[in-house]
Amino acid sequence: MLFVVVVPLTVQDYYLSILNLILIAIVGALGLNILVGYTGQISIGHGAFMSVGAYTAANLAVRLDMPFWLTLPAGGLMAAAIGVVVGIPSLRIKGLYLAIATLAGQLIIEWTINHVPAISGGAQASIPVARPSLFGISLHTQGDLYFFLLFFAVLAIVATLNLVRSRIGRAFVAVRDQDIAAEIIGINIYRYKLIAFAISSFYAGVCGVLYTYYFGIANYEQFQLITSIDYLAMIIIGGLGSVLGSIFGAVFVTLLPIVIRTLMENVGSLFFTDSEVANVISAFRLAAFGGLIIFFLVVEPEGLNRLWRNIRSYFRVWPFSY
Amino acid sequence: MTRFVKSWLGAAAIAGSLTFGGGQAFAQQKELVFGLQCDRTGPTVTVGSVLCPGYHDYVALVNSKGGVEGYKVRVIEIDNEYKVPPAMEAHERFKKEGEIIEGIYGTPQTAALTAKLTEDKIPGTAPGFGIAAAADGKRFPYIFPIAASYWSQAGGALKFAKDRLGGSLKDKKIAYLFYDNPAGKEPLAILEDVAKLEGFELRTFAVPAPGVEMGAQVLDITARFKPDFIIAHLFGRSPSVAIKELKGKGYPLSKVVGLVWASAEADILAAGGMALAEGYNTMQFAGVGKDFPVLKEIEAMYKAQGKPAPKEMDSTVYYNRGVFIAALHVEAVRQAIKAKGGGVPTGEDVKKGMESVKDFTLGGLVPPLRLSPADHEGGGWVQIWSVKGGKLVKSTDWFQGYREVIQKQLAADAAKS
Repeated sequence: MLFVVVVPLTVQDYYLSILNLILIAIVGALGLNILVGYTGQISIGHGAFMSVGAYTAANLAVRLDMPFWLTLPAGGLMAAAIGVVVGIPSLRIKGLYLAIATLAGQLIIEWTINHVPAISGGAQASIPVARPSLFGISLHTQGDLYFFLLFFAVLAIVATLNLVRSRIGRAFVAVRDQDIAAEIIGINIYRYKLIAFAISSFYAGVCGVLYTYYFGIANYEQFQLITSIDYLAMIIIGGLGSVLGSIFGAVFVTLLPIVIRTLMENVGSLFFTDSEVANVISAFRLAAFGGLIIFFLVVEPEGLNRLWRNIRSYFRVWPFSY
Repeated sequence: MTRFVKSWLGAAAIAGSLTFGGGQAFAQQKELVFGLQCDRTGPTVTVGSVLCPGYHDYVALVNSKGGVEGYKVRVIEIDNEYKVPPAMEAHERFKKEGEIIEGIYGTPQTAALTAKLTEDKIPGTAPGFGIAAAADGKRFPYIFPIAASYWSQAGGALKFAKDRLGGSLKDKKIAYLFYDNPAGKEPLAILEDVAKLEGFELRTFAVPAPGVEMGAQVLDITARFKPDFIIAHLFGRSPSVAIKELKGKGYPLSKVVGLVWASAEADILAAGGMALAEGYNTMQFAGVGKDFPVLKEIEAMYKAQGKPAPKEMDSTVYYNRGVFIAALHVEAVRQAIKAKGGGVPTGEDVKKGMESVKDFTLGGLVPPLRLSPADHEGGGWVQIWSVKGGKLVKSTDWFQGYREVIQKQLAADAAKS
């Protein structure tokens, strides 16, 4: 714990900004993992739920001058409500079909925000939001925002850990593993599927609100289909159905492009001329990113979380493995 | 829980140790850092992969001639993939390296960085994208559109249409074909205002993302609405589709004007070549073609190094825009250094430097911009270049359209917030 608190006092803003992006991504990835990893309902509408949270909070903050501790849950709740609606098809369809239904949800929400000025605040569809303030102090440096985001990320992690151990969490897993069996042992699968959509969208909404406060603006172009795919990538790489996996995934997907770029900037000039480096960095980064994802998934299909556990259990008994 | 906390700390430790191993930059004396965001792998790769080399080449040219007032310029380029979180990371990286000016890339990225740039007191440029209201330097002190905003582009397009249609728009029909996103919708405010002012009929035709299917819209325009003029505001692959479709339906392309992101050679070539697009009008905020002294100097610089000129130079629309952005950055910094009597400029100084840029045309590549603390757009100048005989030919000189309507819109927007 000490480390998490001391970090921001010792490193530069730049590193804090990366940590901040990771913290926000953790909240979103946890939410998606509850739905996809724990309950087994595929969703590619996660980005849209974030935008619902973002615009709800932005409108409340700008029009009604509400503080973040009201807009944040409000954004989450609104996203949860929309999430339940988008989740209704899950009662009848599964797998790929559900994925397409949630894709429709993503596109409908995008379209709605783009075309309803009452939500989007005008043609530009972006609403500037003041920085969050606590006891009259505006949180605007990366250091301030780090603690702000850390609080919610930790809250999300603890809440998820408790959720998956609760009756609801067990029911989610039962629905995922075999829905008919779950129904036979007395789990109302309709109810739990919708609860899963609600909770997952709540996280997404909160994630969207955090983005809004972090960037100081709500802008739906940030939450388009590609964002939903990025979050799916996070939980698949990190490990489906695991809290630690969500965290690993968020860290991995955020950090990898940066690490590859830093490496290329330092060693790239050995192989290429300066003007080529810029082009090569970008192309190589994409290729390496894709390649590493395949590599990790082939080495350990259950994600980084499993890889981590394997390594840990190996070293726990090392060097006396027999 | 404890096991979990331990592993979380482990992850944080890895992150922490990685960061310390990162590239160390030693701020050398007499060196200035410029940050440049770019898109070389995202949806607008056709723009970024040509524009950014133009930026680098101009800075290299300046450095080869002794730099800016004796300072060498170091450009750090980061590819934000047209995503927002990497744009924030890029900005913080630039800041860590000590940047004094930043070239932003992308409309949502500009929106997301507006608050941060203002807090960090680093001027950021958003030529041809971002929000039009940012022309108001009082409201957006650290955002510089420096080129015609979407509002000014709409005003310019209507002025051009008016001239082409014999000096009056009264009872004419104008179609607005646009990409259905915030940037596509932004000019609507100006188009509607001018429609009332001039008394023409305006009808809008939205093309949904990704904009490669617009047969229905074009048929609606050409067969039903039969407009006197078409304004096309499209991005990415869609401009080429529009040119092809309009040509296919037999609409004269000389009565079509594409706003600045529907205006590159690549768009016309993708539509089937210059011959097919004969007459198509493109709107530009920087000069087109190779007939500029600065481009000759860049060619000479490459020749002196024994290298051929880069192939990106042939795509003159975007390459020249890269040169344009770099030139304005350098000019702003030059003004800042001069104002400080040769001292090392800060972001705040460069902001003031940018606000004092005027009479800087770079042999016609840059419009006669006149920036001021109130006007960060510099006047909203555009040029129209048309396809004629297999290449883009200048049809008009630098001009502004409907400034009073735009000023009114700016004031209304300022009053609203």
